[in-house]
Amino acid sequence: MSERSGLNCVICGVGGQGNVLASRLIAQVLLARDEHVKTAETIGMAQRGGSVASHVRGGHPQSPLVPKGCADCLIAFEPGEAVRCIDYLAPGGTIVVNTQAAQPPVAALQGIDYDGSEALAYLRALPGVQLVEVDGASICEQAGSSKVLNIALLAAAVKSGALGITREELEDAIRERVHPRFHEMNLRAIMLMSE
Amino acid sequence: MPVKLLMGNEALGLGAIHAGVNFVSGYPGTPSTEVLETVAKHNDGSIHVEWSTNEKAALEAAAGAAYAGARALVTMKQVGLNVASDPLMTLSYIGVEGGLVIVVADDPGPISSQTEQDTRNFAQFAKVPLFDPASPGEAYAMIQDAFELSERHHTPVIVRPTTRVSHACGTVKTRGGVADCGASFANPTLDDDDASWERHVPSGFTKDTQRWVVFPRTSYLNHGKVERRAAAIADELSFGYRPNRIEMSGMGHAEVTRAFEERGDKRFELGIACGGISYHYVMEALEMCGLELPVLKIGTPYPFPAKLATEFLEAVDEVLCVEELDPVIERELNFLCGFEFLANTIHGKLDGYFGYAGEQNVEDICDVLADVADLGDRGTVLMSHWDSRDIRTVPAVTPKPELPPRPPVLCAGCPHRASFYAVKRAVGKRKAVFCGDIGCYTLGNAAPLDMVDTCLCMGGGITVAQGIETVDPDTLAFGFVGDSTFFASGITGVVNAVYNQHDMIVCMLDNSTTAMTGQQPHPGTGRTMMGTEVEPLSIPRILEALDVDCQIVDPLDFERAVQAVRDAMDKTGVRAIIFKSPCIYLEPPAHPAVKLDLDACIDCRACIKQLGCPALVVEDGHVAVDESLCYGCELCCKICPTDALREGGSDE
Ligand SMILES: Cc1ncc(C[n+]2csc(CCOP(=O)(O)OP(=O)(O)O)c2C)c(N)n1
Ligand code: SF4
Ligand code: SF4
Repeated sequence: MSERSGLNCVICGVGGQGNVLASRLIAQVLLARDEHVKTAETIGMAQRGGSVASHVRGGHPQSPLVPKGCADCLIAFEPGEAVRCIDYLAPGGTIVVNTQAAQPPVAALQGIDYDGSEALAYLRALPGVQLVEVDGASICEQAGSSKVLNIALLAAAVKSGALGITREELEDAIRERVHPRFHEMNLRAIMLMSE
Repeated sequence: MPVKLLMGNEALGLGAIHAGVNFVSGYPGTPSTEVLETVAKHNDGSIHVEWSTNEKAALEAAAGAAYAGARALVTMKQVGLNVASDPLMTLSYIGVEGGLVIVVADDPGPISSQTEQDTRNFAQFAKVPLFDPASPGEAYAMIQDAFELSERHHTPVIVRPTTRVSHACGTVKTRGGVADCGASFANPTLDDDDASWERHVPSGFTKDTQRWVVFPRTSYLNHGKVERRAAAIADELSFGYRPNRIEMSGMGHAEVTRAFEERGDKRFELGIACGGISYHYVMEALEMCGLELPVLKIGTPYPFPAKLATEFLEAVDEVLCVEELDPVIERELNFLCGFEFLANTIHGKLDGYFGYAGEQNVEDICDVLADVADLGDRGTVLMSHWDSRDIRTVPAVTPKPELPPRPPVLCAGCPHRASFYAVKRAVGKRKAVFCGDIGCYTLGNAAPLDMVDTCLCMGGGITVAQGIETVDPDTLAFGFVGDSTFFASGITGVVNAVYNQHDMIVCMLDNSTTAMTGQQPHPGTGRTMMGTEVEPLSIPRILEALDVDCQIVDPLDFERAVQAVRDAMDKTGVRAIIFKSPCIYLEPPAHPAVKLDLDACIDCRACIKQLGCPALVVEDGHVAVDESLCYGCELCCKICPTDALREGGSDE
């Protein structure tokens, strides 16, 4: 964690991937610890497949947005979006990234070959950064739903230690904020990630 | 008092409930929508909650409720107030009996809006008090204060969150009226710790033509009253209302005032004036830069707390104004300097330190602070922590790869895609203009559909088409409109077309919901925000009553849809095609994801090039279907020249 008192985390991806729930779950954990929390989420037009980012801050934050260079952890639902948000990461911070690229329809149209590999290579070459690569597709397949990508990435971030929260805390937050119908599937994703 | 994680809009909704609100109306619009939805969600049935047909209807209905002594809340986005401006301007003169609060959410960026208009100007123009919350916690307290002020001064009041307040979450102590960030007026029922709140009891409507009927003579008299009211409220808000305050590194208002007095003639060289979310950006920037400066926080930009601001101006030399959108606080301070013969220098947008467009952020404010602090010799200003040209980001060793742009797109399986494509195919090379409108279907402008030539404002597509068609009679004019937009402000445009003999085709994109703003019900859906099912209004019957020739087709029945457009093209006058198929969020997919037969696919990419469906991707240099995204609408199957795209269930 940075010298600032609380957690600073940015979660980025593509609208529709479950970004908002991910930030609410981290916020829920901090709230359960009686911390003051702020989050900022992208709600609106960009939710239709555009670039979205959620910010979560613990401690006693002023701004709901993490300033550039201050994120302890950057959680990315796909490699290119991690690069788009890289300026938020603090030196020595952690990146948790799903290695499977999400192709924007314009890429195929404009003949841009985008498979995320260049973005991943860039992330791998960043000095002094802890990079956690997650094979999201395989976790989702094992958990039986593409909807658990957000939880799998959160679980990987928890495991990396970058969030300073425990697996039990994450599980409690899911029980608190997610519909019981989806508990089992999400807890399974955490189990798969924690192995 | 329970501490909750609340989104700003939830805090506003709960705050209104805890203020005893009786009547809530509004029209959806990002970033305001969740305020009304929160009230509906927590409604025990005793509050009337409605999505009105548009903002004007919402405000007028709420005004009636407030005339009858109810506490009424109206919610909308900033451009919604343009629609509701007619009733607002007069309501300011007429006033209310019960408290009337209008939540108008501004959207710096803009992130999801047509304009970056600043509602603080609207408040000045309409002479209606405005509260400008800086956080969800302050929003919770302020909306309760707003009801109280509205009732006491018989005026409508605006509460104006911005996106980073509306769509930010914060920890808020709820109930009892005191959120963790700001005190209220000395009002015992609001300050109460025992968590009790009471439903306001409306007095009922009392007839009084002098009061409720607008006439030139009464308006002359009311105009004077409105000005006196604004002056009285400005004085009241200048001292003792905590959201307006002077503070400095942890010192409260009283301590800072004392510090000012102790310094005597020795003024601070630099102070900051700010409001809304920028207040929190400023406090964080000061912390990051290690600066201790007096800060004037403005929570009620209209009526401007001039006495408080004058006290601040007398204690500092230069002032940096930090606010999003228009330089409202900055202009007020410049005005005060002239009015009170003060010699301060005011920095901000007017002298170019900040830009007008877009959001602010902590980093930019740090940069500007560095620049301002660099000006001349400043003993107290030490830019010890911040070197603006060296933001502490991770140093990269390889250059950043070029990233594909990622604009929002119509969902995989969106019926609008099929409707646009049917029109495109039917029109072919004929000269035509496609006048679009506001909603998910605005996204039909993107390649490869490229089916939106104009988009102005809600309801404007149908009418803009009429103007173009008149000037360019050889152009086939299409006006696209969504179902919610049709009810909100499209009907008048159709009436105009029929009456004035225009020649155009209305394309009604009826997806049975208000999709763009998050699938709200509307008059055509038959569901109300009170949870009741009512008879849905029939769009074809409305059009038929207007003598409009009308066809109904399922856009996913591709060939019939194209034929319907062709039939309409062969006619003249005002004719309509209703493309009826639900938004994918309303129903689970009717068919499984489609399958691509790799042997049959010649990789011509016609599907991608013509439809732009996000589920059609290129994988390892070849077309592929992303099954996690495909909704099984089967539109692409009808386009593939080799029938390589097939129904999902067919040949496993
Ligand atoms: C004056 C005004 N009020 C509200 C909005 C917010 N808004 C954007 S799109 C939309 C309605 C879209 O519904 P519909 O016409 O049914 O199209 P859909 O999104 O379902 O395709 C609304 C209310 C706005 N942009 N302008
Ligand atoms: S939300 Fe509904 S209407 Fe909007 S793009 Fe998606 S499918 Fe289409
Ligand atoms: S069937 Fe074809 S057009 Fe429809 S959602 Fe699936 S891939 Fe997209």
